[in-house]
Amino acid sequence: MTAVPVSIGVKRTPATRPIAGALGNSMFVIDQSRCIGCRACVQACEECGTHRGNSMIHVDEVDRFQSTQTTVMVCMHCEDPTCAEVCPADAIKQNEDGIVQSSLKPRCIGCSNCVLACPFGVPKYLSAFDQMMKCDMCYDRTSVGQKPMCASVCPSQALWFGTPEEFEATRTGTLVNEWWFGNQYVSTKVRTVADEPGPVDVLGGAGERPWQDDPFGIEEGVA
Amino acid sequence: MATPPITEEELVARYGPHLNQAPAGGWDAGIDADREVKTHCCFCGQQCGIILKVKDDQVVGFEPWYEFPFNEGKLCPKGVKRYLQNAHPDRLLEPLERDPSSPDGFRQVTWEHALDRTVSEIQRIQQAYGKDSFAMLSGVSLDNEKSYLIGKFARLALGTANLDYNGRLCMVSAGVANKRALGIDRASNPWADIPLADVVFIAGANVAECAPITTSYVWRARDRGAKLIVADPRVTPLARTADLFLGLRPGTDSALFGTMLHVLVERDWLDHDFIRDHTEGFEAAAQAVREYTPKWGETVTGVPAARIEQAAEWWGTSATGMLMHARGIEHHTKGVENVWAAINLGLATGKYGKPGCGVTTITGQGNGQGGREHGHKCDQLPGNRDITNPEHREYIASVWGCDVDEIPGKGLTAEEIVEAIHRGEIKGLLSICFNPVVSLPDTTFTKEALDKLEFYAVIDFFLAETAFHADVVLPGSLHEEDEGTSTTVEGRVVKLNASKPPPGNARIDWHILLDIARRLGRGKYFDFESAEDIFNELRVASKGGSADYYGITWDRIESELGVFWPCPSPDHPGTPRLFEGGRFYTENGRGKFMPVSYRPPAEVVDDEYPVWLTTGRVISQYLSGTQTRRIGPLVAQYPEPLCEIHPKLAASLGIEDGDVVRVTSRRGSMTLPAKVVTTIRPDTVFIPYHWAGRRAANQLTNRALDPLSKIPEYKVSAVRVERAGPAGTPVVDARDMDLHTEPGT
Repeated sequence: MTAVPVSIGVKRTPATRPIAGALGNSMFVIDQSRCIGCRACVQACEECGTHRGNSMIHVDEVDRFQSTQTTVMVCMHCEDPTCAEVCPADAIKQNEDGIVQSSLKPRCIGCSNCVLACPFGVPKYLSAFDQMMKCDMCYDRTSVGQKPMCASVCPSQALWFGTPEEFEATRTGTLVNEWWFGNQYVSTKVRTVADEPGPVDVLGGAGERPWQDDPFGIEEGVA
Repeated sequence: MATPPITEEELVARYGPHLNQAPAGGWDAGIDADREVKTHCCFCGQQCGIILKVKDDQVVGFEPWYEFPFNEGKLCPKGVKRYLQNAHPDRLLEPLERDPSSPDGFRQVTWEHALDRTVSEIQRIQQAYGKDSFAMLSGVSLDNEKSYLIGKFARLALGTANLDYNGRLCMVSAGVANKRALGIDRASNPWADIPLADVVFIAGANVAECAPITTSYVWRARDRGAKLIVADPRVTPLARTADLFLGLRPGTDSALFGTMLHVLVERDWLDHDFIRDHTEGFEAAAQAVREYTPKWGETVTGVPAARIEQAAEWWGTSATGMLMHARGIEHHTKGVENVWAAINLGLATGKYGKPGCGVTTITGQGNGQGGREHGHKCDQLPGNRDITNPEHREYIASVWGCDVDEIPGKGLTAEEIVEAIHRGEIKGLLSICFNPVVSLPDTTFTKEALDKLEFYAVIDFFLAETAFHADVVLPGSLHEEDEGTSTTVEGRVVKLNASKPPPGNARIDWHILLDIARRLGRGKYFDFESAEDIFNELRVASKGGSADYYGITWDRIESELGVFWPCPSPDHPGTPRLFEGGRFYTENGRGKFMPVSYRPPAEVVDDEYPVWLTTGRVISQYLSGTQTRRIGPLVAQYPEPLCEIHPKLAASLGIEDGDVVRVTSRRGSMTLPAKVVTTIRPDTVFIPYHWAGRRAANQLTNRALDPLSKIPEYKVSAVRVERAGPAGTPVVDARDMDLHTEPGT
């Protein structure tokens, strides 16, 4: 197994924050393995009155030549958000409940420091608005007890919103919300699903699905 | 005179598709909507619940409808952006009449004139050539009320036998197979059964793109540990996650299922009690596959023998299992046989009538289920009755209050109607909700046929490509402009609610039909004040038929969030799961095994046309694209057809990713960009079919029909593929470039 080593570095202790806040006991979970690339999330995100026709979600094909696998990325809402730390204008604010907001329009100078610094590649600089905008976990919805729009519509529930108990009862996989990027430790409010805890084997091949190495039996001379 | 009055390019420039990018009143309009309307999506058979936001009598956005049990708020991109068909610049607002001298090709006329002209042409043609020389084509994006009304309208107002519908291109193979083998044509299970299956076998269904919400049900099964098997010539987005992938050659589905049945018999993975107590015909079905060893199956289907055996083992040894199929096995000259071969697998292993057990089609069109039950088909009367059965005719005549002889006999199917037009036997046509120039195979032939019509009238909300041939265009209503019911993929009857009135002088579809009926002097059969009146007559007309809606009322649907038919009486709870206790709806109550021998498709590859072509859909477009090709954000997602081709085949032809390729069949030729991917068989190319004109995949496809269901063989053609030019050759037309507009505009 080709394991990606976990980086070694000084682990900073994250600031203590209320767990509940506006989201109550609910959490946001991304399960990339379930993404079908339909972009319902992107289309729905555009509908928000606060960013008018622009989606804050990234859906990407991993390698369309090889696979239909896509990935979906919303803001991970870091406990210590790098975007805010690198912002020279102090334009990116974090709510008490841990939601990291889009840049404040009067402050944002459009420098794109945050776009470059975010370890997850989330913020976007939108020239039409001359401002950085990003996912705020539908604060207009979640702050009044509604589910975020993307996790509401997602047909495969690759984007999921609910309580840990609901997750335990209905879903599989290990939830991950701690990351190392080189020496930088990041803890996020949004969780992703891994098959199992520990280092991720990114070059491990088809694993339990051997057909994926040769979908059409070409090597067997069948197709 | 039904030739396009001006060139196709000029018509497109005038009538679209143009792209609507943002809601009426701007992006803020939805923030303080005037009202919210609970209804359902206008697109596929899933019929997801959705809340539409309305402001100033325009639908300006949506909100998830979390309480609706099927989708619990989930939507695909089409559902999210569906509201952009409202306040659309292409919307037809006035009746039109063909006028080659006008720069627009059509001139605006009054309703009075348009209806008079239509009725006088109907009468002229029928007097000159006989009643059946005037045909009607319809579609099942229409609700149950309109579907029922059109069945009655064609028979009693037009008096023609020749009414058929676009479900002929969709669900009919499953319909024939289900009715003959099981005695009823409906999904075997509510979707809530999918998560209870230990094995989910998806055959010929691109679930993630064509029935996206079903993905979440499959995942719930997998969360319980279910195995997922997918059979498809392409590794579709859901197939990527399958435990077992059967990448079969197009047109070999019955060989795959037959081989699996062979293995089930050989290994005795059979439910003998179920076969004995609840079925008939097992011996003949087993005999038919006696020679279908895994090695034979591998040779015919191109799927490694070990994988077919593995699939049979999982299917045969799992306590519960659902086999779900769609157009991938049904769009064939043996579409009915393919479905029978699938049903045989269910009957042999007792996978019917129990939680998590069933074999079911995934109905494609919006009201593909309800619209195929109540007289919309050329051989059918309401309640899924048979138009040639004297008792059925007597009953419907008694409901309609007409003489039984006034009900015409069996007519021609959709493709056969077009062929009869081409032969000059049918001279006049009225169509609604059907765009055959895009959706029927062999586009050139379809256009030639339409050109020969003496008179063609269309009811539609946009001027779809078929309507380019029209003499009279009657502007009708969108889904959100009328109320009624539709029946979902599960067999659940749901309520559609109106959000707004039709704009301009557009009118509600059924009001137009009633006006025509009155002018034809047949108004006495069409005394309806409301869509609910129509539904209440449908209930009575369906009573006692195999699709019995008698116990379903609009009030019940609203309060119960849908009712599953059969529902024979008002106190009946409805029937979510069919065949419980092993009771089938056949005369003797037994499920019928049908012997299925494999036979090749109508067209096979040869030296001249050495590559298989199969067609299908993409997530962001719906059917012939009349609506979705007009919605900017959906067009942006997949702007033009691409030809998926395996790198091995591409290399042998000197084709690189993005190159323009020419694909040629015996019917026609088209050029389009190549998408080189390892996710398709190396002997097969795939082209999605949603586009018109020179981008229409159906320029290539074959008019060969299934002998029983009369569905065309869209899924198998033989083609030649050549490199036509380098990447970057402009094939995207100018309208698609409009996408790059400033945000918020």
